[in-house]
Amino acid sequence: MTEKQPTLESQAGCATCPVHNAANLLKLGVNMEDWDFVVALSGNPNVGKSTVFNALTGLRQHTGNWPGKTVARAEGGFDYGGHRFKMVDLPGTYSLLATSLDEEVARDFILFGQPDVTVVVVDATRLERNLNLVLQVAEITDRVVVCLNLIDEARRNHLLVDERRLARDLGVPVVPTSARYNEGFPELLQAISDVATGQVATKPYRVQNEPPELKRPISQLVDQIQHVFPDLPNARWVALRLLDGDERIIEAIQKGELGDLSHGSSEDPAGNLELRLEATR
Amino acid sequence: MSAEIQANFYQTNPGPEGVLATAETLRWEAGGGFHEKLMETIYADAARIADRAVTRPGEKPRFDLDSTIDRIVTSRVWGFPMMLLLFAIIFWLTISGANIPSAWLATLFMDKIYPALHAGADFLRLPWWLSGFLIDGVYLATAWVVSVMLPPMAIFFPLFTLLEDFGYLPRVAFNLDNIFRKSGAHGKQSLSMMMGFGCNAAGIVSTRIIDSPRERLIAMITNNFALCNGRWPTQILIATIFIGTLVPASLAGLISAAAVLSVALLGVLLTFVVSWSLSRTVLKGEVSTFSLELPPYRPPRVLQTIYTSMIDRTILVLWRAVMFAAPAGAVIWLVANVQLGGLSVAEQIINLLNPLGVLIGLNGVILLAYVIAIPANEIVIPTVLMLTVLVAHLGGAGSGAGVMFQGGDSSTLSVLQAGGWTLLTGVNLMLFSLIHNPCSTTIYTMYKESGSLKWTVVASLLPLGMGFMVTFFVAQIWRLFIR
Repeated sequence: MTEKQPTLESQAGCATCPVHNAANLLKLGVNMEDWDFVVALSGNPNVGKSTVFNALTGLRQHTGNWPGKTVARAEGGFDYGGHRFKMVDLPGTYSLLATSLDEEVARDFILFGQPDVTVVVVDATRLERNLNLVLQVAEITDRVVVCLNLIDEARRNHLLVDERRLARDLGVPVVPTSARYNEGFPELLQAISDVATGQVATKPYRVQNEPPELKRPISQLVDQIQHVFPDLPNARWVALRLLDGDERIIEAIQKGELGDLSHGSSEDPAGNLELRLEATR
Repeated sequence: MSAEIQANFYQTNPGPEGVLATAETLRWEAGGGFHEKLMETIYADAARIADRAVTRPGEKPRFDLDSTIDRIVTSRVWGFPMMLLLFAIIFWLTISGANIPSAWLATLFMDKIYPALHAGADFLRLPWWLSGFLIDGVYLATAWVVSVMLPPMAIFFPLFTLLEDFGYLPRVAFNLDNIFRKSGAHGKQSLSMMMGFGCNAAGIVSTRIIDSPRERLIAMITNNFALCNGRWPTQILIATIFIGTLVPASLAGLISAAAVLSVALLGVLLTFVVSWSLSRTVLKGEVSTFSLELPPYRPPRVLQTIYTSMIDRTILVLWRAVMFAAPAGAVIWLVANVQLGGLSVAEQIINLLNPLGVLIGLNGVILLAYVIAIPANEIVIPTVLMLTVLVAHLGGAGSGAGVMFQGGDSSTLSVLQAGGWTLLTGVNLMLFSLIHNPCSTTIYTMYKESGSLKWTVVASLLPLGMGFMVTFFVAQIWRLFIR
């Protein structure tokens, strides 16, 4: 991998090694004027999203060992490798089916906010349940980085997680971290930056073993959606939501929000989301 | 639907409408249970991928510590006693540990710095009103807040945060869930109540985790009954000097802790009672279900927890108290020194409020203090003490009106007794501190979060009215039977 010189003054040795690029990290807190990339942070409740968020942005969102600590979105920023990243900490959810307000907030941001990278923080000790969310996120967006957090706890429970195998199976970068003990962040930053700048192309795994009776309706609807919205990146996911009768997505199609998406010009999605949150309160 | 009809749709309805129409028809074709089938597929794939990536060398440890702890702390028999014991230990550590540093800080601020400041003012030939305003008003109020509040907070918050970091709080929520459901409230209200024990404004924001507006309103209105940061020091101080002194010194810490715990528990009880009444009357409706995940226990990071709880909570709360105490000290000094018709403004207001105060087992000083302390509960005690000194004319030669005095528990007690305080006053102050209107920050947060002026007014006045009622009845019964 070719790497630019570190932008900050750094001492020789480790700091010039691309892997140890944390020296390039500049925590920006909430001082976000303009940014090059938007990074969404999602994951199940209580897997350490806020801890990761705080470590990268230098903010101090309150963290705690209980699910549902983060109820609204938090935003912060950092500068890494010469690019400015805006990071959005989404509420923790088990799925993206929008059955409650926090799931809707998370889902809408990933769908309509069109982040450049979506980091899914997963609990290494509960991989199976956490992967459900990863697979759902990967249906919506290609640009996914999996942050395999709580690796310290996995070690404590004598679990070995093969992150290379996982990365190969999922088709996206997988970075083991231990946010509580500040391990793995240089690698995570590099992965985020690689996916954001397109240096690493992701090819996420798509759920494929659906029962045969669903296969035909899905493919038929996908065809038509692709015909009407040729540039839509996630036609299959939209088809699944429509077949499931998801009111929000039906509404998005009626109002033409989905059409905007396919042309990549949804206007200020973050602002809209904020308004909608206010309205539902 | 056949392929031809489908093709027809395509032609007659080529745009987005067509997509929706096709989806509508295909939804019938896919049949019921689409959602479940899809979820099953995702779960199966997730399980397969996870299985390939995870290996468990050797046997699973036979002894599972987490579930063993859970079996005890959430058991029907041991759950509540364990909970009470843990909180009792925390209060006891706080109360018995805070005495020494409190006295030390008081000596530093009152005996060393205070005379030095006055000497400096004399040297600079400052006029009496300026040095009085700055040193006897602003400085003393601030110094008092710091010496009274810093030590208990520096012990209480790290302990509480350690418990939180360890993962115990969701278990408390689990234990309380059943009672909340029976009160017609959402089980997650136990979590927002837990937050309220830190700060009611934060507790009210955290009710966002509750989806149903009805249950969310109940959680907001009752959050005030969770004893907050600003009120812990009041409880701890009054319990120490009025209730701790009733028993031999060796038991004082324990009994004071028990008193504080009882007040906190009374708050929890009131939360249930008020939730129950609201959900049976103005906020009727169904209770929603939810799933509560019990996170794994994690070894708390002791040093980091102490550091962040000092920065996040202790210093923040202290800073807020100081920010409000300094101007409040100035206001108190002014009302104590501005004369109207032969008496100071403060004395006139206190005389006005005194009949009402005495009726409910308090006094005019306490009521005036609660008016001055609306911005922050933290400054109630310093204000009470300053006003008491002023009214009882305890200052002695050389000290002007509105001057505070040395800290330390025994001198505080003698000042209050000289001001006509009895055990009843102490007990009722503890009750009133639990049950009165929320501070202005909380009221504002309530308004912002609920968007409703009506419910904000209810949430502010309901506890105030209840506080007057409770203290009134306690005072009447006390006077009938005890004195």
